[in-house]
Amino acid sequence: MSILGTRVVRTEDPLFLTRGATYTDDLTDERLTGALHATFVRSTVAHGRLLSVDASAALEAPGVVAVVTAQDVADLAPIPPPFPFINPAMTRPWLASDRVRFVGDPVAVVLTEERYQGEDAAEMVAVDIDPLPAVVGTAAAASDEVLLFPEAGTNVMASFGDPAPADFFDGCEVVVTQAMVNQRVAPVPLEGRAAAAAWSEDGRVTVWCTNQGAQQARGQFGDWLEMDPDLIHLITPDVGGGFGAKIGADPEYAFVAWLAKHVGRPVRWAESRSENLIGMLHGRGQDQVVTVGGRRDGTIEAYSIVFDQDCGSYPRIGAVLPTLTMLMAPGVYGFPKVHAQARALATTTTSIGAYRGAGRPEATAALERAVDLFAAEIGTDPADVRRKNLLPAFSEPHTTPTGATYDTGDYTVALDKALEAAGYAELRAEQARRRERGDVRQLGIGMSVYVEITGADNGAGTGEAASLEVHPDGTATVLTGTSPHGQGHATAWAMIASDQLGIPIEKISVVHGDTDRVPQGGGTMGSRSLQQGGAAVHQAAGELVDLARQRAAEKLEVAPEDLVVDLGLAGLAVRGTPGTGITFAELAADEQLLVQTRFTAAAPTFPFGAHVVVVEVDVESGKAEVTRLIAVDDAGTILNPLLAEGQRHGGYAQGVAQALLEEVLYDEDGNPTTSTLADYPFVSATELPSFELVEMATPTPMNALGAKGIGEAGTIGATPAVQNAVIDAVAHLGVRHIDMPTTPMRVFRAVQQARGGS
Amino acid sequence: MQVSITVNGQPRTDEVEPRLLLAHYLREVRGLTATNIGCDTTSCGACTVVVDGLTVKSCTVLAVQTDGGQVTTLEGLAGPDGELHPVQRAFREEHGLQCGFCTPGMVMAAIGVLADNPDPSDREVREGLEGNLCRCTGYHNIVRAVQAAAKAGPAAGQVPQAQEVQA
Repeated sequence: MSILGTRVVRTEDPLFLTRGATYTDDLTDERLTGALHATFVRSTVAHGRLLSVDASAALEAPGVVAVVTAQDVADLAPIPPPFPFINPAMTRPWLASDRVRFVGDPVAVVLTEERYQGEDAAEMVAVDIDPLPAVVGTAAAASDEVLLFPEAGTNVMASFGDPAPADFFDGCEVVVTQAMVNQRVAPVPLEGRAAAAAWSEDGRVTVWCTNQGAQQARGQFGDWLEMDPDLIHLITPDVGGGFGAKIGADPEYAFVAWLAKHVGRPVRWAESRSENLIGMLHGRGQDQVVTVGGRRDGTIEAYSIVFDQDCGSYPRIGAVLPTLTMLMAPGVYGFPKVHAQARALATTTTSIGAYRGAGRPEATAALERAVDLFAAEIGTDPADVRRKNLLPAFSEPHTTPTGATYDTGDYTVALDKALEAAGYAELRAEQARRRERGDVRQLGIGMSVYVEITGADNGAGTGEAASLEVHPDGTATVLTGTSPHGQGHATAWAMIASDQLGIPIEKISVVHGDTDRVPQGGGTMGSRSLQQGGAAVHQAAGELVDLARQRAAEKLEVAPEDLVVDLGLAGLAVRGTPGTGITFAELAADEQLLVQTRFTAAAPTFPFGAHVVVVEVDVESGKAEVTRLIAVDDAGTILNPLLAEGQRHGGYAQGVAQALLEEVLYDEDGNPTTSTLADYPFVSATELPSFELVEMATPTPMNALGAKGIGEAGTIGATPAVQNAVIDAVAHLGVRHIDMPTTPMRVFRAVQQARGGS
Repeated sequence: MQVSITVNGQPRTDEVEPRLLLAHYLREVRGLTATNIGCDTTSCGACTVVVDGLTVKSCTVLAVQTDGGQVTTLEGLAGPDGELHPVQRAFREEHGLQCGFCTPGMVMAAIGVLADNPDPSDREVREGLEGNLCRCTGYHNIVRAVQAAAKAGPAAGQVPQAQEVQA
């Protein structure tokens, strides 16, 4: 029986559970002996002219070796925007020299012998800033009254799409429009950013950092530091979560490498949580206006989304997220007309990057709210409106009005499975009873149907590298260009190799995140790992069997086609005589048994699903509690249900968190007010139920495994289902829409307003 | 200042700054890096350890306050033969960890939950772990792991005695 599809517990866990993983800040590598600690001095003003940085007092403090300011890095060119379509004047200095653009903008770096000394000395660097007006929110940015980059002449980083034609909604019996906010949230991987760097005498630098893709980060390092990438050895040790915020190199990481050269000693940096909450990329941050038009029978004929993406101060991945939101705007529906248009705007806040789902949750949240608004307007059950408009099942590619080509899908079945598992009819009956009685605790039922894109080109090409080697002692090594940070690749990739070779998974080690050992790779992001990296390992295993067959045929003097894999033997046997062949290990003893391959997917895949969420809302306090979350997430063929379920659970939690409570906030002067975990309402176990998972698997033809991505399904499906449920709970009181997060205060106010109060 | 602290059954005397946090003492003085630091406001619980039978967040305690005390960290849970503590075993079997950063603190906190309540309900586990944050698992499998560990009986709520670890 194949090991694929079975619940294999993780091979990496015993070490994680007894010694703990080895994160960047845990490293005891001898190359880091005597390393200095770097402490960044960051702007405490959102926007202003930097008048002076006086390090004289800090230089006298105990343990201080150097204080680095902008003048020390004058030779290093500022970091250009990461995409060609972004206003080229919006560059990022390594350290602010004439202007600061957000609270957290690095101004200086203190290098000390010990960590505590750095905290002390950083406080002693005197930074004089003449404040300028802050630019908080996309409306302020779009007005161009205050410019972050005066030489750019605008705060618009990039514009996408054209206005809708004037007659776009002509002929619709009902047109509903709503402004909505997909709020800024903080990814908060439990391990914050950390890096370490050491130069060797041959002019190479080894950099360790917590990152989702070593190869991509190395490329950026090379560009930024104007170095040959071959001189950079980048290692990502165990990584304590990423959620998109660790895609690509952070300037601080490259700067740690530069600092090590500058002072001639190894340098380490690990940020504090408060530094993380203002310095690491944030996610989401879209102000959307959605309009939906159709007939009173529930047919939707036209849908439009126009939105502004808050990108924060310097352009990062956030500036490109609108293109994903626009691509996925039609979602699961067959609307005849779909329009999308966006701007990416600079504000004096922390930069926006990718956060679990990255552009797709924003598209789905807008769309699924719009469908509910339309259903409410025509007085029809939202499930019925969805069924009427869902694309019919398809197994041949379907191209949408925004140019996405979906591979396989059956959205109606996904919705029906979720509704059935939820006991939808009974839930509506219970809701009616509570409404009739006027209960304080009202029931809300929310749903979403989603499709997402996974394994899309992340700039590294749609392919992924893998190599596989069997050693004479019977062990094997897989090298992969994907890069786990909790997903369990060590187990999953070993399963794929074991399935074809018969070598037990405990004897297969998986190597990743080391550019000397794996020079090519696309990293782990966009739910690409299994469908690209896993498929590459699958391909490598097939090629290794072919290679072994050729060698064994010569050795055994039989025709290659007469040799078959004998999994019990972990080798090849002559057809019809099991147990009498030669093992892969024996072949490896004669000559190195190694294959290196690259798998290139024909196209991305489009996982889909449906979520149903039940909430209880106290209409007097406004507090909403999620009591049930039922989810169908179809990601094609599942390799390891245990790992796939874990990915789903984590996503649901983050979706619930965004819908109910999490939000990064700034005051009108651009001061962050959620810069610690005491202020940022990070979701805990108490706000969540145990989840109800419903299985559905529609394989994709895009890879031999039939696998689509699963990493982001949870945030895409759960977020609008929770928001819709909260609004549904108070809809009978006249509430039409509540922006996320649907905090008790917001729900309370919405209820008061609907009741005609103030 | 001098402190004598027994960590995982190993007594030692060290010279430390009075302001040194127990979390940093464990990591940097004792070289035990399983105990992670995830915040600076005692919010995340990644640094949770057991001190003299009580689960505490080691970023909230000064090393000098632990002078003369017994500390158990994740590294001190498995038996001398490598046998996993019931909570460690349950976390593995129920896939109660992903990136692993919250895990050491979560495991120690789970032991504390089970010490107080050997047979907790889903809700009681959730409330017991409220001070420990996880970004990966959605807590679902952590809750299941704690309940699975409870089936092992009283051992699930105990840390090994010092002499056992030293053996």
